[in-house]
This record gives sequence, structure tokens and C-alpha cells, in this order.
Amino acid sequence: MSAIFVASGANGEPWWIALIKALIVINLVLFGFAYLTLAERKVMGRMQVRYGPNRVGPFGLLQPIADLVKLIRKEAFAPASANDVLYIMGPFLAAFTAMTTFSVIPWGPGWEIGGYQVNGYVADLPIALILVFAVGSLGVYGFIIGGWASDSKFALLGSMRTCAQLVSYEVSLALSVLGVVIMAKSLSLVDIVGAQDADVWYVIPQIVGFVVFILAGTAETARAPFDLPEAEQELVAGYHTEYGGMRFGLYSMSEYINLITLSGLAVTLFLGGWHGPVVPGPVWFLIKLAAILFMFIWIRTTLPRLRYDQLMRFGWKVLLPVATVNAVVTALLVVAL
Amino acid sequence: MTIVPAEKIYEGTRIPARCPTILDVDPAEHDLDDILTVNFGPNHPSTHGVLRLIVQLDGEHVAGIEAVIGYLHTGFEKTMEAKTYWKGITYPERIDYLSFQANELVFVLAIEKLLGLSTPEKATWMRMCLSELNRIHSHLVWLGTSALEMGAISMFWYAFRERDMVLDLFEMVTGVRMHTRYFQVGGLAEDIPEGFYAQAREFARHMPRAVNDYEGLLDRNKIWLERTKGIGLLSAADALALGQSGPMLRASGVDWDLRKAMPYLAYDEVDFDVPVYPNGDVYDRYKVHMDEMRASARIVGQCITRLEEMRGQPWIADDRKVVLPPREELHTSMESLIHHFKIVTEGYLVPEGQVYVAVESARGECGCYLVSDGGPKPWRVKFRAPSFAALQTLATCLRDTAVADLIAVAASLDPVMGDVDR
Repeated sequence: MSAIFVASGANGEPWWIALIKALIVINLVLFGFAYLTLAERKVMGRMQVRYGPNRVGPFGLLQPIADLVKLIRKEAFAPASANDVLYIMGPFLAAFTAMTTFSVIPWGPGWEIGGYQVNGYVADLPIALILVFAVGSLGVYGFIIGGWASDSKFALLGSMRTCAQLVSYEVSLALSVLGVVIMAKSLSLVDIVGAQDADVWYVIPQIVGFVVFILAGTAETARAPFDLPEAEQELVAGYHTEYGGMRFGLYSMSEYINLITLSGLAVTLFLGGWHGPVVPGPVWFLIKLAAILFMFIWIRTTLPRLRYDQLMRFGWKVLLPVATVNAVVTALLVVAL
Repeated sequence: MTIVPAEKIYEGTRIPARCPTILDVDPAEHDLDDILTVNFGPNHPSTHGVLRLIVQLDGEHVAGIEAVIGYLHTGFEKTMEAKTYWKGITYPERIDYLSFQANELVFVLAIEKLLGLSTPEKATWMRMCLSELNRIHSHLVWLGTSALEMGAISMFWYAFRERDMVLDLFEMVTGVRMHTRYFQVGGLAEDIPEGFYAQAREFARHMPRAVNDYEGLLDRNKIWLERTKGIGLLSAADALALGQSGPMLRASGVDWDLRKAMPYLAYDEVDFDVPVYPNGDVYDRYKVHMDEMRASARIVGQCITRLEEMRGQPWIADDRKVVLPPREELHTSMESLIHHFKIVTEGYLVPEGQVYVAVESARGECGCYLVSDGGPKPWRVKFRAPSFAALQTLATCLRDTAVADLIAVAASLDPVMGDVDR
């Protein structure tokens, strides 16, 4: 906690502005989640020769609100044999960790408003990237606890799969960004964005890292074609089979927010962050974010699902070596030049 | 029946038990903690309809399986014994509700065989045309749902887009989108509407292109190939031992198609290929279905060409004891009124005897065994359901597979639970 204040204070920003900004950003992320679900359904609908939601409000724009009201009003039942405390804690843990990570992603250059310094990020940590992965790993517990505490076979199988998948792919994910860290010589996301503005977008020298990052990220957020944890044709709904109402909503929310955060990371690490000509920084950030999210939705519509052993083989035998070689080669080149 | 040899398939038989739908776990092994019994169905997002699978899982590996059927038993065959022949025609369609036209056809053909009634040429060709359209419809539903089970969600909508075109054609001809009751004893219920020819021809032209599109999405997709190739193996010998027919048999390398082997309707007058693939895996079953859709579209095109030459010809036999008289005659002809009254109330009498007729439905040999005691109602009706036979192979195909393959394999058998349970 103190690290956050020190970090923001060091940039001349009063602590209460950071607090207000955190509130705004967290609400924007939640808003983004709600409309990402709508956008996903719309885009998928168009790709699948249908319209997608268009009944609630103009162009279906109120659909996420209606979904939210529906989920909140539903009875929050729990299986009789569930472990109550853990059962309730699961979704909260998942949602909390998902929302935390977005705080370190920079989305603008910073402004001077009414004599006060306002930074284009909630927190700038010297170890921001490590924080992202650390908190992300904590989030896995939400899925495991939830699946295990429901005392259901489908949920247990689902959470076993989630556990194995997330742990395997986290390794490749972390290794894939190592090249970026070596090139920028910093773990702070703000510095990484700055380095890309001075140099080139890292997607060009780090194209291998970028591809590995997107693939491992897809698995990390359990999106198709790596959506095994909740492969509904096999495991009903995976680890959240026994969840209903807003508890399920929290799980769903954490998944989508993880996706947004991951896309934000991809933008920050590889696509130059908020930098871009003509329009202001946050707009560029949003444009790039939307492009990455659109790609994720596109992948989901097109590809069939992998099998569990194929997924594991791909993670350990393809992604991990590629990511490792990429990091080593980058390090060698940086030292040599 | 020629058997195309496969390049790589297991040696010997793999049928697990005398009851081929049960794959048992070794009891000693079962006592260990790591065997998990999971109930798939009867309500589960993966099963087509209400199939219940009791699966013993060893991690992600399927160690044992037992199929429980009967949830959709409706007693169609028994009900038909209480209905006159011409009322009974509505029932077979609902047995295999996806391949409805073939079931309707086989029942009508069985009655006609007992009656010794011959049908006009136009009816024969139209029956063939609709049967092939129906085969395309059934295969499209299969393709859409199977791809969906493996996570290729968009295929479902693409397949259903073309399926809708078939249903539009059915609606135009019969007034009903599914379960048409268009085939009558003696021919067709009504004449073919004029707009049908052009639209059906357009569809026959469109369909092969659509199949190319599906293959473009799936055939060069590495994930799809990995998920389907070498999965759910069934050798030709096992397929024959388990009574397979249709796409199941042809995907196991046996060249057997009733349309070629014992031609009915006018199948000996049309030109089409029967696809045969040797490996007996999910991929080959998928390929057989795809090629059959192309072949069916070709047959539809040929049928339309012939039907267009038959404009103005009768569409139903002129036998007043069996066939309803034209509506307009009822007001002028006493005889017609009496015939109409007799057929609608008592029904027509079918000579005593028994007959078995089989046609190639979308799933394989769809047979109807009909016994008549000389009255207006069948004494016994029995359908030979290809889905029931296909479900028998489940345990054989599922030896040494993962739980994700269980879904892919079950889908590839193309079981329609209405057909299995009847």
C-alpha cells in the first residue's frame, strides 16, 4: 500500500487525486467489462450470421444492465454440502484480484489540472510487471477454491483443469515478456511505455514474444480455443457449475476483466501503450485495447477447442521453449549491441 | 460389399463385452480412490437429446462407460397398431426426427409393397428428391452440433443457415418445415408447386459451395484435425459385428450403401458417388458426411431435371380404394364420396402378410417390418433404427480415450435419441 503512495507522491501527485482516479478507473473497468460482454455477443453474432442482442434499449445497449439486474435478483443458493466460507470466498477472490491488476497500466501522459499534477496511471511501481503476475497467480486460487468448495464432480474436474492450465501457461506468459523487460531495462510499465516512444513499438523486435504472449494469455484467461476449464460440452460449466446469481456474475466478471487487463498489458508492453498521433493518449489506448479484444473475440468464434493433453503439450513443449529462446536471444543481442 | 483396407487401425476386435455398450472397470482398480464416477446426462449440455452415460474417469481418461437409454421411449410402434395405415404415416417421421423423410418413405413403401401398389414416376422422383434434401438437412444438423461440441461454435450457425434453406423448400412443397407427411400411399399428397423447381435447383448449385466453405473452416484447421484424427477407432470387422450401416460403416472402410446395393425408388437411374473412408475415426466419419452432402446435392439436381420434364403428370396412383379422390369430385360423384368416407373413417384394408423394407436414411439402414392381419390397421410395426445400432459402438470406440474425446466420439456416431428409444 505504501509503495503506491510513495510512487504517486514521488511524481508530484497528491494522494487524494490518486484515490479519486482509482475510483474512476475501477468503475471504468467495470463499465468496460459490461460493454465487452455486449460487444462480444454483437461481434460474434455478426460473424455467425445473426444479430446478437438488440431487444433491450437501442441496439441492445441496455443489455448488460438488464443482465446485471437479472443476476443480482436471482436467489443466491448454495449446494448443501458446499464448504460455505470458501464457497463464498471463491468468486470474491477472483474478482478482487482481477480488478487490482489494472491499476498499474498507464493510459495517458499525465496532465496539469487546476494546478495539480494528474498522472496517466493509478500507480507506477518499479516492479509493476511482477505485481501483475503475482496478483494474477493469486487469482487462480479463486477458481480452485470455488471449484473445490462446491463439492461437485464437474466443478472439481473443472477446477483441476483450471489449476493445471493456468499454472502451466503462467510460466510461458512471464517468459514471453522477459524480452520486453530486457529491452526497456525496467519492470515499471510507465518506463516501458516511455522506452517504446523513444525507440520502436516492441511488437516489431519482439514479435515472437508478442505471439507467445497472446497465445499464453488466451490460455491464461481461459478463452477459446483454450477454454477447457469451462468446456460446457464436457464439464457443464467447469469450476463455476454450482454457482448462480451474482456469485456466478463475479466469476464471469473476473474472467472478462482479466481479459481486459491482459489486452491492456499487450498494448502497454508491445504496442506502444497510449502513444499515437493526433488524438489524445487515452483514446489511443482505447483504440489499441479494442483491437486486441476484437482479435480475442474473433479467435473464439473461429477455432475449435483443444483437448486437455494437447493443451498441456502445446504449453510445455512449444510455447515454453519458444519463449525461453526468445528471452535468451534478446538478452544476447542487447548485451552485444 | 467390398472392404477398403485401412492403413493403420487396431488389430483384432475391441468390442469390450458381450453387452457391447458397457466398458467395465477392473473391480480391483475401481476400489482405488482415483476412479471418479461421473454421470453425463440425461440432461447435460453435450448429449444430443437424452442419452445418459455413466462414465468412470481415471483423471481425464475414460476407464469405463455404460450407456443408459430409454428416456425418450414414446411407444411409437405400439401406437401405430391402433391407427389406420393412413393415419399412421405421421408417426415414423417423429421416430428419427431429423431424418423424417426417410422414415416416412420406408413406412409408405412397406404398405405399398403389401398392397402391391405401384406409384407414378413423378412421385418416385419427387420422393427421391425430398429424401436427399432431407439427408442434407440431417447431416447439417449433425455437422453443426458436432462442431459445437468440439468448441467450433460458429459452424453451428453456418450449418443451420443452409439447413434453413432446406426447410424453406420443405415448407414450399408441403406446407410444413419438418415432419411433412407429404408421402402418401400411392404417391404424393399434393402436386409439386411451380416455384419449387427453380429454388431447389438453386439450392443444389449452392450446397457444394457451402460444403467447401465448411471444409475450408475445419479441414485445414490444425486443432480440428488433432481433435478428430485417430479418435474413436472402429475397424471394419467390428463395425460389421456391431451391425453398423450408413456413414458409420462407410467411414470404417466398408463400401455398403442400400441406394447402390439394393436400389429402391429410381436410385439406379441417377449418377452419384458413395464416399468410403478406411480409418474408422471421427475424422473419416466427418469426411463421409461432407461428401454425402455433395453427392445428395448432385442427386437433387438430377431429380429436378427429370421432374421438370414431368410437369402435368399425375402425382398419385389412380386407385380409388386406397387413394383419396380429388376434392372437387366429392360434390358431384356419389362413388367418390363413399370412397372418401370409407378411407377416412375405416381406412383401407391391407392384405394379410408381412414385409420388411429398408432404405438408406441419413444414419444408415432404416428398416420397417410390417405385419398385416388383413385389417385397416397394422398388426405389428417394427422399425430398424440405425441410431440404436450406432450407439452400440460407443464402448468399442471409446477404449483408451480422454473425456474430451468421449464427447467428440459420441457426436460422431450421430445418434438421434428419438430413433434409439422409439
